[in-house]
Amino acid sequence: MDKTKLLKGILSFVKDIITWNLKGSRAYHIYLLVLLGLIMVGVCAYIVQFREGLAVTNMSNIVSWGFYISNFTFLVGVAAAAVMLILPSYIFNDKDLHKVVIIGEVVAVGALVMCMTFIFVDLGRPLQFWHLVPGPGELNFPSSILSWDIIVLNGYLVLNAMIPAYILYCHYQGKEPVGKYYKPFVFISIGWAVAIHMVTAFLYQGLPARPFWNNPLMGPRFLASAFAAGPAIISCVLYFINNRTTYKIEEAIFNKLRIIIVSAAVINLLMLFSEIFKEFYFPTHHSQSAVYLFFGLKGHNSLVPWIWTAIVINLAGTIVLAVKPKEGKFTVPALVLLIIGIWIEKGIGLIVPGLVPSPMGEITSYAPSGVELLITVGIVGLGMFVITMLLRPALIIEQKYEEEHGH
Amino acid sequence: MSDKKKQITRRSFLKTAAAATGTATIAGCSGGLLGSSEAFALEFQEYFKEHYRLMTDEERTDTIERLERLSEIKKNTTIDIDSTKPQENVLYGYAFNVTRCEGFMECVDACVKENNLDRESKNQYIRIFEMENGEMLPDQGDGKFFHQVPRKGHFYMGVQCFQCENPPCVKACPTKATWKEKDGIVVVDYDWCIGCRYCMAACPYWGRRFNWNQPQIPKKEVNKKQHYLGNRSRVRGMMEKCTFCIQRSRKGKVTACVEACPTGARVFGNLLDPDSEIRFVLKNKKVYRLKEDLGTDPKFWYFND
Repeated sequence: MDKTKLLKGILSFVKDIITWNLKGSRAYHIYLLVLLGLIMVGVCAYIVQFREGLAVTNMSNIVSWGFYISNFTFLVGVAAAAVMLILPSYIFNDKDLHKVVIIGEVVAVGALVMCMTFIFVDLGRPLQFWHLVPGPGELNFPSSILSWDIIVLNGYLVLNAMIPAYILYCHYQGKEPVGKYYKPFVFISIGWAVAIHMVTAFLYQGLPARPFWNNPLMGPRFLASAFAAGPAIISCVLYFINNRTTYKIEEAIFNKLRIIIVSAAVINLLMLFSEIFKEFYFPTHHSQSAVYLFFGLKGHNSLVPWIWTAIVINLAGTIVLAVKPKEGKFTVPALVLLIIGIWIEKGIGLIVPGLVPSPMGEITSYAPSGVELLITVGIVGLGMFVITMLLRPALIIEQKYEEEHGH
Repeated sequence: MSDKKKQITRRSFLKTAAAATGTATIAGCSGGLLGSSEAFALEFQEYFKEHYRLMTDEERTDTIERLERLSEIKKNTTIDIDSTKPQENVLYGYAFNVTRCEGFMECVDACVKENNLDRESKNQYIRIFEMENGEMLPDQGDGKFFHQVPRKGHFYMGVQCFQCENPPCVKACPTKATWKEKDGIVVVDYDWCIGCRYCMAACPYWGRRFNWNQPQIPKKEVNKKQHYLGNRSRVRGMMEKCTFCIQRSRKGKVTACVEACPTGARVFGNLLDPDSEIRFVLKNKKVYRLKEDLGTDPKFWYFND
């Protein structure tokens, strides 16, 4: 009897979620169609890559990881950043941030979906991915850091999907969620968020073959840049929600996020400066990658404009956010600048120089090929689609619950 | 759960899966729409097969039979795949005489032919660097020289996989698709590799190669004497590397590069045999290895006359 009731409850929950996602204004439908179009572009490009092999990318035996892994690395940070909302709301009982925790978690789920898709499209033999699944396959745990990464990313996805699902389901039924059922997982997810980012940093940091990566600052710097870029993306999503929906977000929330972003961005820049000092005060053989990144080597300087742009817009974004002009109109552009800056610096500006010069001293240039760009577009479309599909019902449920319970 | 039990459950799972799909495929494709249904069935069984190290001897024979048959059906080439295991009391080592090498690249050519390397991407396991006298490391040299050799005031240094005793690539692989055999050779189970290329990033000697495209070898140039862990055919998306010509060395022969070298700069042999040439070199010459500071313990030494 109880079971059928639960089943009915879940069925109506799922049914309502689907209906809410399909209903909407004309603009919303166009937006969804655009996202689906992007996904289709990605799928078509992937079919080409699947048939021809990774030769359709611009990767080579020297630059063996490129745009996919760069984007993956950046997005792991975005996923981890949800913790900057969870931590203050659950540990310091911050009421303002508590209101937007679910939004942060939804963004994390979207980011994780993109991360995993980026890894998948980077595989040479995707059909063999089951070799990674313990049981039928063989996971090289604990020796391979990549196996750790697979575990922590999947675990984090489950945590960030299950916790909001439970809370929303309770709110949907007009009930208060029972703390003991989900709070332990919330605390686990806080540590787990740090873990996904540290482990991803260790993926690179643990390779003595690559002096540019083999650097103990990598993990902490990953966290700092993530805690700047992630909340910046969440802020942008919140601005969008605030302006385009009936769900209102208080100014205090934006201000708190701004303080988090600025602090993290300043720490990130300090660590970046520390790294630059180490590479250039007394350049060694191991500084070649940094020289390649910042100034170019033997005429190969495709990354130089990118990294300087990244540094300039990183600084500009941080300063604007720190001084907070009275006019709110500068905030969103500053956030966008900061996001792009960190995306360059931690994406392609981190991955490619780690691989160039090759261990045998060979230097080459890399820029993503058309197929790589199109697949990336498709994956970003997929991520936005997932976030939209989860966020829309979440906001409707939350708004109803707040109206009924007068928070 | 004990290891054995785990293996058995895994094995039975894979077998059931393979049998189920195999039957379905044979039933579905009996019309021959998708080429030969036999080839299709064989490929499905191949898809679900076990990691090479966990296969029983019987399963190894089965997969080799399937691979040989597939080559006959699809490429019309009769091949002979060997699965000789590491020999007792053998640990392979290699030495390179920097004084003698004159950069003729005969070794590279022989290696490409022996190991069925992709001709389209001009894949090569061996790189020869031309260095000015006074230089020390290959990354200061020129790996793309194209002129008459030997060049005055220069010397030549060959690099390939150094078959480390402590290989970073093996540690990195997420699926255990690459490992060090008892005789010291680091091998790849091509069919188990998923192509993530983490081993490539982990190798400090640039010893590993990825198949970005579908490898192409003219039919009459295919070396038909193959080893499962060596020169058998690869497909796009998997890693490969120098295996000290495992198909030759385990039969007691020297590698193709040693055989081809016109100047006698290359020495290959059993490090555990006190009378071997490699032991003579290690005992009587001043030898050094690349990037010793990384602790990878390569089994590849350089020496001067």
